[in-house]
Amino acid sequence: MKKLIQATVAIVIISLALLYTTKLLNISGGKTGKDILTIYNWGEYIDPALLKEFEKETGIHVIYETFDTNEAMLTKIKQGGTAYDIAVPSEYIIEKMLEEDMLIPLDHTKLPNLKNIDSYFLDLPFDPHNKYSIPYFWGTVGIVFNPDKVGEFDFHSWQDLWDPALRRQVFLVDSAREVVGIALNNLGYSLNTTDDSELAEAEAKLAELAPNVKAVIGDETTQLMVNNEASVALTWSGQAADMIFENEALDYAVPHEGSNLWFDNIVIPKTSKNVEGAHKFINFMLEADSAAENADYVGYSTPNKAALALMDEEVVNDERFYPPIEQRETLEVYRDLGLDYIGVYNEMFLRFKMSIR
Amino acid sequence: MKKLSLSAKFYLAFVFIVLYAPIFYLVFYSFNSGGTMNKFDSFTLEHYAAVFEDKRLLVILINTVVVALLSALISTILGVFGAIGIVSLRNMRMRNILLSLNNVLIVSPDVIIGASFLILFTMIGIKLGFFSVLIAHIAFSVPIVVLMVLPKLLEMNTSLIDAAQDLGASKRDILTRVILPYIQPGIFAGFFLALTYSLDDFAVTFFVTGNGFSTLSVEIYSMARAGVSLTVNAISGLVFVVTILVVVGYYFVVNRNKGKVDKSA
Amino acid sequence: MNKANKTALIPYSLWILLFVIAPIALVGYYSLLDLEGNFSLINYQTFFSSIYLKMTLSSFWYAFLVTLFTLVVSYPTAYLLTKMRHKQLWLLLIIIPSWINLLLKTYAFIGTFGLSGPINAVIKLFGLPEQQILFTDISFVFVAVYIFIPFMILPIFNSLDKLNPTLIDAARDLGASPITTFRRVILPLTMDGVKSGIQVVFIPALSLFMITRLIAGNRVITLGTAIEQQFLVTQNWGMGSTIAVFLIIFMVIIMLITGQKSKGGRVR
Repeated sequence: MKKLIQATVAIVIISLALLYTTKLLNISGGKTGKDILTIYNWGEYIDPALLKEFEKETGIHVIYETFDTNEAMLTKIKQGGTAYDIAVPSEYIIEKMLEEDMLIPLDHTKLPNLKNIDSYFLDLPFDPHNKYSIPYFWGTVGIVFNPDKVGEFDFHSWQDLWDPALRRQVFLVDSAREVVGIALNNLGYSLNTTDDSELAEAEAKLAELAPNVKAVIGDETTQLMVNNEASVALTWSGQAADMIFENEALDYAVPHEGSNLWFDNIVIPKTSKNVEGAHKFINFMLEADSAAENADYVGYSTPNKAALALMDEEVVNDERFYPPIEQRETLEVYRDLGLDYIGVYNEMFLRFKMSIR
Repeated sequence: MKKLSLSAKFYLAFVFIVLYAPIFYLVFYSFNSGGTMNKFDSFTLEHYAAVFEDKRLLVILINTVVVALLSALISTILGVFGAIGIVSLRNMRMRNILLSLNNVLIVSPDVIIGASFLILFTMIGIKLGFFSVLIAHIAFSVPIVVLMVLPKLLEMNTSLIDAAQDLGASKRDILTRVILPYIQPGIFAGFFLALTYSLDDFAVTFFVTGNGFSTLSVEIYSMARAGVSLTVNAISGLVFVVTILVVVGYYFVVNRNKGKVDKSA
Repeated sequence: MNKANKTALIPYSLWILLFVIAPIALVGYYSLLDLEGNFSLINYQTFFSSIYLKMTLSSFWYAFLVTLFTLVVSYPTAYLLTKMRHKQLWLLLIIIPSWINLLLKTYAFIGTFGLSGPINAVIKLFGLPEQQILFTDISFVFVAVYIFIPFMILPIFNSLDKLNPTLIDAARDLGASPITTFRRVILPLTMDGVKSGIQVVFIPALSLFMITRLIAGNRVITLGTAIEQQFLVTQNWGMGSTIAVFLIIFMVIIMLITGQKSKGGRVR
């Protein structure tokens, strides 16, 4: 009995002492109730130095929280409980957020730096006139591969993935729209199709891909490709850039039949209690210097034209990550398919995954 | 006591090596200047230096430990009383119903627990942050404690309690002098597994946290897209070494005094 | 005595009410909603389509394998631990690895099992060709067993530890072989520990996720993975809840099978 009481007391004392330590550590940022900005973003998706700079410049204290999937983030914001002032969702989620009336319209007069953004990335179908969102990073879906191991393939066509020579060599991403998308692209259909016969064709096409699949995985693709665990992987351009940075033997290609063009955008959710500060933050991130510094740190493609002028020329002229105008024509942005068709795509993907043996 | 045979020693050594292998792998790469867990470039301590510069990460680490300790403690207390209560039920069907309910949280996938707790908390109006996370962790740790304590209670000889009663012990005395000491191993087992649950949990914490409060798991998962930084390896390495030192140190300190302490236990 | 113990049930019952009954009610409610939020049994209909039944079967198969191997590894370990000098300390040392973040350890496994990892380095040392270890069901079962070992060892250790050594001596004196002693004396007396071990391994093993993707590359898909997907990706909480309802039903069945029969402490 004595042992139990001793242990209980010890745990309580240790916990209280530790809690007190966090108070001490927090003292620099302990100006609660004053000017606070809560940011909700992917992990490692901003240069922390920029946050410090922003705090110094404006006197606003930043609380930085992170999420790991768009959908989880959406659930959190929808449910409320935390006053998120800034969030960085992908574009197809923005459509959903608008449908559910979760966003605050932006005041463009407070965002003079919006002029820095390349007009190609503005006024897109998911958010006309950028009333609610500003592009943060963008990219494509494509194939990262190891030229030493795949020989003649250059992956200028999706069809290369189906070649019997690549048996059990391909990593796919665990995401229904991307995987169904390669079949749709290969067949020349839209990535946003809700035509059942086109989808049935795509499913049949996918079934033929199954023997070539080594695994269907998520973010760990980066580590695995750097380690040369497979010779080919379907991935997003931002992660491909990470992989190539770590493993120079790798290359990235966006097939010519077309592919997806994606965005991560900054938005102000309705939960915001500091709309003024949120605008200040967006404008700060739109500055050419901050955007350039951020792109340099994160390694993804920035839509900020003014920033490009400040960045390493080799990076900016890399057509794999900043595709030329002609190729951009073949890219397509995802539209929200509605719950029914999200279901259809996912069931199809599930059947495909269960057929991999 | 017999000595263990050689093959027994080999077997145990093998189990321990397997259990610790991934941790040594993590610690090994925490000294990698290359910045990833792939190729070892050269030795560096920079990731350890980064831990102490990153105040945010330190606060998160402390949060994680505090939530784990407190939730394990409180859920152990709740669970022990729950188990004693369950055993006191004479109605077998009632017992089985309670036990099945007890296990619902063990079987439910984290996303469901997280999402339903989130709905529950916002309905009751609990502010998301330290307390919501603590309550959630207590909630999902209770069943494991019950499951660890229950077998001990069941095997307990009822004549022990009867004897105590005959000797005039009060109910309180029976609880503190007879039952609790007997089931103590189960209590500790429950506590340690509750700690494990709390430290491992990502999904539930993710849903019920807010207002800047975060734990190590949430932080690590959200790093996955860009690759987990080796600072996290370093911090895990430090936590690991400190834990081992505390546990081994505590064990020997207690054991040295054992002769004196044990009699009063 | 009993009255005092009933009061012990009050906080626990409150916990059950708030954190078990309420979520179950919520799950049950959602499972009856279709995508438009209307009441319907469509989700239950879908569940009985071939793909989900197949998934249920394969989930059970893998959960069975994982539990079996965990038990096979854990029982002797727990037994040997009770024979050690500092057994409490060694027991703690079994648990400590589980306090390091699981995702990190999983990344370590990916590195270890990889084509250029240490295991393949050893294989190549023997002049054999490199082996694909990652993304197989064997590696999946291995890592799952790794995760569950402490959960199995603890209850078994506790029941073995209190085992009266004189019983074993008595059996031996009566001429029982070690195997008979184990089968007729040790095993029955530690059965409660084994049962709790099976409960805390088998049930969660049904709903394992994350390592199904990271280690098995989605070549293994469990009910847990499916629920995860329905909630987070498809955003079809109705279907996700329906699978969860079945998971809970399976759990109750398992509890009834492994549960304590009418023996035990307070009931006579």
